[in-house]
Amino acid sequence: MTERNHDTFNIAGTDFTSRLIVGTGKYKDFEETARAVEASGAEIVTVAIRRVNVMDPNQPMLVDYLDPKKYTYLPNTAGCFSADDAIRTLRLAREAGGWDLVKLEVLGDQKTLYPNMVETLHAAEVLIKDGFEVMVYCSDDPIMAQRLEDLGCCAIMPLGAPIGSGLGIQNPVQIRLIVEQANVPVLVDAGVGTASDAAVAMELGCDGVLMNTAIAEARDPITMARAMKLAVEAGREAYFAGRMPKKLYADPSSPLAGLI
Amino acid sequence: MIEITINGDPHKIGKGQNLVKLLQDLKLDPTKVAVERNLEIVPKTTYQNVKLLDNDRLEIVHFIGGGK
Repeated sequence: MTERNHDTFNIAGTDFTSRLIVGTGKYKDFEETARAVEASGAEIVTVAIRRVNVMDPNQPMLVDYLDPKKYTYLPNTAGCFSADDAIRTLRLAREAGGWDLVKLEVLGDQKTLYPNMVETLHAAEVLIKDGFEVMVYCSDDPIMAQRLEDLGCCAIMPLGAPIGSGLGIQNPVQIRLIVEQANVPVLVDAGVGTASDAAVAMELGCDGVLMNTAIAEARDPITMARAMKLAVEAGREAYFAGRMPKKLYADPSSPLAGLI
Repeated sequence: MIEITINGDPHKIGKGQNLVKLLQDLKLDPTKVAVERNLEIVPKTTYQNVKLLDNDRLEIVHFIGGGK
């Protein structure tokens, strides 16, 4: 138990305590974003890079609500459908923020937002050569996961289910295979719908979970953020505790000896 | 005056203007944005030295809320 109190995980040389990474999209406003992130206990938040509105520069900015000194901003390439777009976006992100840790995702299809692994591999290679620390969104294919790790990605992040679907972990066997072979952190990225899904990911031995919609589109995002924090912690504890074996028949938990 | 493109829209600015002055005029905090000029990233440290030219194409971006 004491050991678990110092249960940190390391991404690209930095130790993190919270194993929950949250997105900052889809919230009602920046106040709600800030409150949800606070409640989630997350130390890393994903952010997108977009054009500034030069006609109205006084619009509120995310950095005014979530202090980049307090939270690790993880710029993503959401909406990029080619390696070139993703690389361009992250180079801009590095200049905007001044750090190398990024989240790469190259999407392959509008309807499913399934990752395009050919473009993802290409982008990862270019970015790593360019000095980026790449956390990579990928399919739940162990061979692809291994290729990405071999290229030097600092975290492997297979989808649990399509982005924003809330379907939960559809393929626990594949996620487990990736966890078992990986020498870098593995995080389930996408597909979590509710707290039990996050717990399942952690019970499979994942190092963390990344989510956005499950919190932002809950009826009460702040309460769901807290639920996710607890679920990730509970799943982690359960993973280390080691679950009991499953049995086909009942096994009484009160002693039979001394029965009247 | 010269004409440049900022985030896809045409803008007229004074000749010989540098990037620091442009961001000031646009009321943008240079620490919160990144600038790409004709598809090349402009390092923040060089804004003072970058003189904008006719037909330059700028992208000025910042972090927004985003998940995936």
